[in-house]
Amino acid sequence: MQELVNIFVKSIFMENMIFAYFLGMCSFLAVSKSVKTATGLGIAVIFVLVITLPVNYLIYKYVLLPGALSWLSPQFADLDLSFLSFIIFIAVVASITQLVEMVVEKFTPALYSSLGIFLPLIAVNCAILGGSLFMQERGYETLGQATTFALGSGVGWFLAIVSLAAIREKLKYSNIPAPLRGLGITFIVVGLMGIAFMSFMGIKL
Amino acid sequence: MNKKIFTEPLFKGNPITVLVLGICSALAVTTKLEPAIVMAISVTIVTGFSSFIISLIRNTIPNRIRIIVQLVVVAMLVILVDQILKAYSYEVSKQLSVFVGLIITNCIIMGRIEAFALGNKPFPSLIDGLANGFGYGIILVVIAFVREFFGSGTLFGIQIIPLNWYLKNGGFYENNGLMILPPMALILIGLIIWVQRSISKDLIEK
Repeated sequence: MQELVNIFVKSIFMENMIFAYFLGMCSFLAVSKSVKTATGLGIAVIFVLVITLPVNYLIYKYVLLPGALSWLSPQFADLDLSFLSFIIFIAVVASITQLVEMVVEKFTPALYSSLGIFLPLIAVNCAILGGSLFMQERGYETLGQATTFALGSGVGWFLAIVSLAAIREKLKYSNIPAPLRGLGITFIVVGLMGIAFMSFMGIKL
Repeated sequence: MNKKIFTEPLFKGNPITVLVLGICSALAVTTKLEPAIVMAISVTIVTGFSSFIISLIRNTIPNRIRIIVQLVVVAMLVILVDQILKAYSYEVSKQLSVFVGLIITNCIIMGRIEAFALGNKPFPSLIDGLANGFGYGIILVVIAFVREFFGSGTLFGIQIIPLNWYLKNGGFYENNGLMILPPMALILIGLIIWVQRSISKDLIEK
């Protein structure tokens, strides 16, 4: 239990997807102009991460790892399919996003109209694929750990995009040198937020 | 015509500083020059060839499932790059870790396929893809140069700043540790955008 809490806190603050690894930066910069849409995208990211990561974990553990297929028949005992992981992960992510989109559209039209445009975008959001690749690289041992990691990184991403959107809303009123307006100052603000987030790195868990 | 396709993405339509594409997997690899250059080459190759392949089959892809077809082509190229890197330069491949895989979701590639390759002949698409890869590579190399030079005092791992300049050897110089930290890459891009927009005023946002 304590281990899961550690993974959760770590993936929100110390290994934040945005500030430590720059994942999902494109939509992070493009959709952070108002707090409302940022909240929508943030929730969609948490949602998709929590669904895709455990699925990818199970596929990785029971199909792709060296010898993982031995539950099927002993002759697969030294078959190593891990080189296929990229293509499988991205296919899972793309199809689950599609699936989630259809389910949400069918059952909660209100949520769909607020998330609508963001859901398809998420298929190519690096944070989602990045989550699966980090899961593979760090070798989480149980399904619980993988799911907690997914939830934690999603929440971290959500916090980051909502706070950037809030800052950008206020930024409209400030007098910035013309060439720096818009994109330039946003990058610098994200950099400064990243430095602030780095203060969490001293925490040992 | 072809020349314009090539020069446009290098400055005026640079994928990173103007179109804001492909920042995701780029910045974490720029602490040292070597991985940055390997990353730039990989992305250039993948962008060029995926545009080329998609453009070849553009008239046969059904519109509804084009995203997944594109992803499969890109993923295949990325797997090839990853296997080649693992075979011939294992050290760099370890340093790049998950970021090779993340080339798949690099927005430049999908962006160029959607915006250019789907509506143009294969050869111009190849040039467009390669040029966008170069435009991305230039920014990556500039950032990596600044970060490695000021952050570790080295270039390509070779000591540039004389060792006896350092404080610990009785000199006056100290490496700027801030440059190694991830947020500095973002601030550097911000500054590059500032410089670029001061040079060409028509890019300034209202």
